[in-house]
Amino acid sequence: MLQAETLDVKKIRPDFPILQRKVHGRRLVYLDNAATTQKPRQVIDSLLDYYSRYNSNVHRSVHTLGEEATEAYESSRERVARFVGTAAKGLVFVRGTTEASNLVRFAWGEKFVKRGDTLVTTMMEHHSNIVPWQLLAKRKDAKLRFIGLQPGGTLDLAQLEEALRESPRLVAVTHSSNVLGTVNDVARICTIARTAGAITFVDGAQAVPHMPVDISAIGCDFYAFSGHKMLGPTGIGALAGKKDLLEEMDPFQGGGEMIREVFPDHSTWNDVPHKFEAGTVNIADSIGLGAAVDYLTALGMERVRNHEKGLLKYAMETLPLVKGFQCYGPQDPEVTVGVVSFNLADIHPHDLATILDEEGVAIRSGNHCAQPLVNWLGVPATSRASFCVYNSEDDIDALKAGLEKAKRIFKS
Amino acid sequence: MSSADIYREVILDYYRNPRNFGKLEKFDIEAHDTNPLCGDELDIQIRVGSGSKIEEIKFTGKGCAISQASASMLTELAKDKQLEWVKQVSKEDILKMLGNPELGPSRIKCALLGMKVLKTGVYGYLGSRYEDNEGSDSSR
Repeated sequence: MLQAETLDVKKIRPDFPILQRKVHGRRLVYLDNAATTQKPRQVIDSLLDYYSRYNSNVHRSVHTLGEEATEAYESSRERVARFVGTAAKGLVFVRGTTEASNLVRFAWGEKFVKRGDTLVTTMMEHHSNIVPWQLLAKRKDAKLRFIGLQPGGTLDLAQLEEALRESPRLVAVTHSSNVLGTVNDVARICTIARTAGAITFVDGAQAVPHMPVDISAIGCDFYAFSGHKMLGPTGIGALAGKKDLLEEMDPFQGGGEMIREVFPDHSTWNDVPHKFEAGTVNIADSIGLGAAVDYLTALGMERVRNHEKGLLKYAMETLPLVKGFQCYGPQDPEVTVGVVSFNLADIHPHDLATILDEEGVAIRSGNHCAQPLVNWLGVPATSRASFCVYNSEDDIDALKAGLEKAKRIFKS
Repeated sequence: MSSADIYREVILDYYRNPRNFGKLEKFDIEAHDTNPLCGDELDIQIRVGSGSKIEEIKFTGKGCAISQASASMLTELAKDKQLEWVKQVSKEDILKMLGNPELGPSRIKCALLGMKVLKTGVYGYLGSRYEDNEGSDSSR
């Protein structure tokens, strides 16, 4: 590719019905995409179509609707797996990234983590990649170590090398920070962690929506992501695992679907990935996630990445023109996904979010479920603007105008 | 109501120059709470004088303008009042004190954090327990 191809936002925006909505009489400027993205008509229609045409349980019923639902569900798994460069046989549908890390905590951790073992995570993580390991460490009397950050907001890999001398059982790391946008070199981290004998878990919740992801190239043992952050429905996500590892693990929840045979005194387990999908699965939202993946595939993830790089570059050129604007993280579009965390003068992020909301501008304020990282930044909270395929430079201009208004109101 | 009305001069003044901010050397009541949504934090200390009077009251905290201004203004109101007065303070009183801003459910919690901490401390001192039904019903 000689010239970086990008997206035609004008053609994309009409696909998202919610963008027509007014907030306080203003055009909705939705910049809270790292929390959840809006949904295109294609995803909404896929849910409507399932419920109005072929709603049925999967893997059980032999009637026409049952066959169609099963086909749609498994086809969705195939497309989602292909989208992230992994095998469908190793792709477990879960509620989201949080359920994925908790699945690993129970199904892998209970069996393989022993007293005195070391688990490693980082200071850059979302709580969903910290708390499950804290609970696991406590239960197993194991030790949880944190990899710190360098001043610029990237991981201090020297600390990882040091931690690996303890031969940790697990290294859990985020592909991309939900606060700083930092993209970690997870392929390198996983290679050295696996060489040291660790199992690797990558939180891809903020990476999969924003850039091409190839799990097989990363070489991790587990990779997790959430559907609702990538144009899909809430309540659905995926855990991709190495098949042999998934086979060695114990089940997560017991119930229907996950079994092969049940006797009064014991049971045997269904094949992977069904072994980890107990009960009636989230059929509709899995189909919706498949539709989201089709939508993103049609746009092309290289183009999505280039589009967001362009937005980030524009944001970095314009927002610092507002006096008192302070930004956190690497701020380099080449090593950051479309997230801008910032503070403005002495205005608390919550007050700022209230004022911006009045202008129709939706941002996130607070600690972003990443308290250790926000504490490391040395601030009580940050404001965060995060981008998606339907955002344009106009949205960043609206944010900038909102920041200026906030400064006028606060007389700062 | 616009945000320009919420963030009136007086609110900004209490945010930037909080009255009764600091710690007491001697105190009889101390209470602390946080609002995980914003990361607001608040500590209130009270020295109780004769006749169950609030002799001295100070607070420390960090957070948004609404939570910090509200706490500061409340400490001014509470000074020299009887402890029983604290029991009577209502959500409406606090909103009136702030100039009746139009706040959504999440921001109401910021406004009421000071009252919650004050009541928690005073109720505890009086040997009962404050059940917070004002700001904790909606999700965080």
